[in-house]
Amino acid sequence: MLESKSGIFLVAGLFFFALAFVSNALVPIVMYKHLPEKTAEELVNGNLRYQFEDLARRYPEAFTKAYGAEPTDKAAREKWFNDKCAEALRLGRKVYVGEACWHCHSQFIRPVSNEDLRWGPVSQSWEYQNELQRPVLFGTRRVGPDLCREGGRRSNDWHAVHFFRPKTVSSGSPMPEYPWLFDGAPDKPNAKGLALLTYIQWLGSWHETYPYYEAYEKSPMLEMELPKADGPAAGD
Amino acid sequence: MMDATARPEIDRPEELVETRLVTWFFLAALGYLFVSMLGGILVALQLVHWNPLQGLELLSPGRWRMIHTNAVAYGFIANGLLGACHWVVPRLTLKPVFSKALSYLIFAAWQIVVLSTAGGILLGEAQALEWGETPVWIDPVAQLGLLLVAINFLTPIIKSKGPMYVTLWYFTAAFVWTFLTYAMGNFIPEYFVSGTSAGAIGGLFIHDLVGLFVTPLGWGSMYFFVPILLRKPIWSHGLSLVGFWGLAFFYPLQGIHHFLYTPIPMFLQYGAVVSTIAVEMVVLTVVVNFFGTLKGVGREVITNLPIRWFYLGMIFYALTCFQCALQVTLTFQALIHFSDWVVGHAHLVMFGVFSMWIMGIMTYLFPRIWGVPWHSRRLSEWHFWFSGVGIFVMACDLIMAGVFQGFWWGALLPWEESVEGSMPFWMLRVFAGLGMFAGQIFFAMNLYLTWKDSQAAKAKAALPA
Repeated sequence: MLESKSGIFLVAGLFFFALAFVSNALVPIVMYKHLPEKTAEELVNGNLRYQFEDLARRYPEAFTKAYGAEPTDKAAREKWFNDKCAEALRLGRKVYVGEACWHCHSQFIRPVSNEDLRWGPVSQSWEYQNELQRPVLFGTRRVGPDLCREGGRRSNDWHAVHFFRPKTVSSGSPMPEYPWLFDGAPDKPNAKGLALLTYIQWLGSWHETYPYYEAYEKSPMLEMELPKADGPAAGD
Repeated sequence: MMDATARPEIDRPEELVETRLVTWFFLAALGYLFVSMLGGILVALQLVHWNPLQGLELLSPGRWRMIHTNAVAYGFIANGLLGACHWVVPRLTLKPVFSKALSYLIFAAWQIVVLSTAGGILLGEAQALEWGETPVWIDPVAQLGLLLVAINFLTPIIKSKGPMYVTLWYFTAAFVWTFLTYAMGNFIPEYFVSGTSAGAIGGLFIHDLVGLFVTPLGWGSMYFFVPILLRKPIWSHGLSLVGFWGLAFFYPLQGIHHFLYTPIPMFLQYGAVVSTIAVEMVVLTVVVNFFGTLKGVGREVITNLPIRWFYLGMIFYALTCFQCALQVTLTFQALIHFSDWVVGHAHLVMFGVFSMWIMGIMTYLFPRIWGVPWHSRRLSEWHFWFSGVGIFVMACDLIMAGVFQGFWWGALLPWEESVEGSMPFWMLRVFAGLGMFAGQIFFAMNLYLTWKDSQAAKAKAALPA
């Protein structure tokens, strides 16, 4: 068997591969079968809608150009925004993948290395059961920070300027510029730019800690007794 | 393969091997290597703020990062190893491949796959699968290509009689594994599952692509070329068996070690860690076996250039295996995951091991195919030393950078500190990369001059006496 054609073809080639597939791939698939996979439409939530409508207010011309005019009827307007938001999520993810964002920014927080202090609660499986994680965007390298709790931490304006020219808001950043997501200026994002902004604001918007900020501690300066103008000098 | 009926063919191996196609595969491989290295240099320059081509969509460093990895895996390494297969398989089986026409078709189809992958990535159509960013509409073509490759090479292997030589164990398994790996990685996480389950498969895909496609074709080639060049058999047949079956059993079980501390269940992560440590022990026996073969002919490493390429690759292989056995532990992962350590490891494997071997094979085969010696031994030496020293510096540099980055992140320093602190390491990486690139330029020069020599020799032979 060890040196025969059939042994190598069947045992090493097919059987060992199948064994590994069952144990390493099929087991997690079966384990998470009960978690429903959400569609982009189901992923739209209040937090994200707020940011999406914020885009419409900040960049009305660009927004209308990308998505058309919003309906005036209140019920129709509600559905329209949800649909456009889901559409933006799908396109935004495509841009995120196509520009290789995920090769420098991970999307999972590990239970080690103080990552939960920096970025928020450790990632769990249910957070990834949706069509925008097909294939999943865990990532393998962090040149820039993790992004899975990024939504809501910074304004749309900040992100727009940052995509247009990262060094404007983050001096020393090695991130490339993405001017082709805009029509010439950071306040004129095109359809791809708006979609990417929506996608970034979605990240973490599903979580109870949204928007996640680093643990806030009062400055020790506030606790210190400030010397009075006419008091004794220090060291007296 | 030792039976008497095949005997007459032994004297005319040139009729079995389509040498022109071997040359084509090698030249295509080198073309992609240049493209890939240029992409790597562009990204390296971006990181140190020296990118002169900022803001151009088609030259975006993100997109070129994907071209860098894909051109190396599918352009350089796949073409190089397919060229080697076209040389090795007919010579070992004493049978031609299934069809020479099919060979040319595969060559053309594979270049279409690689070029359209690059085109798709440049246009922003990448698939979200690391090392498999090939746009989804090319995947079926690539899959068909891999099927044809398997048919083309498995036919002579099945037709040959008697026991199979070690090389053919690796090759046979590799043709089956590559086909299955590509299908699993490119279709299941795209169309069938999402989230954590897709992550497990993505990990398995990255892992198997290296371990079940590149590694067996690489080691199979070593088992063929090293004994021929040293004119002596492999040291221990028993160790060859241990190495092959150890790889076959343990290697595919470890995909999840790429995603430790993710939401993938912990017991699966432990399993992947344990089997990784096991496989590193097992594959080291292969290295021992090859160094045992060197007994008594050690001077060949100094004088024989292909052998030197091969054995330097094996030293790097042993180093990466040792590194793997450590870095796969949860202790190490907590520190070095997501850092440049991983990038250093990837370069050490892809350039330090497999590219070294392919370079050695090319250094051996080009003069044999063209019928003239290398034009300049000095250029060949420079090719070797620039590549070898370059990759060693780059790997050490990035691995160290990773340790620093891990500590900076864990200490909760502001993110900018880790970027600023990485600058000296990234700077050195640019120069190491330029050194490696220079090595390949020497190779290209030498190749051109040698080809001119062969044309001159041909013209001379054609002259009436």
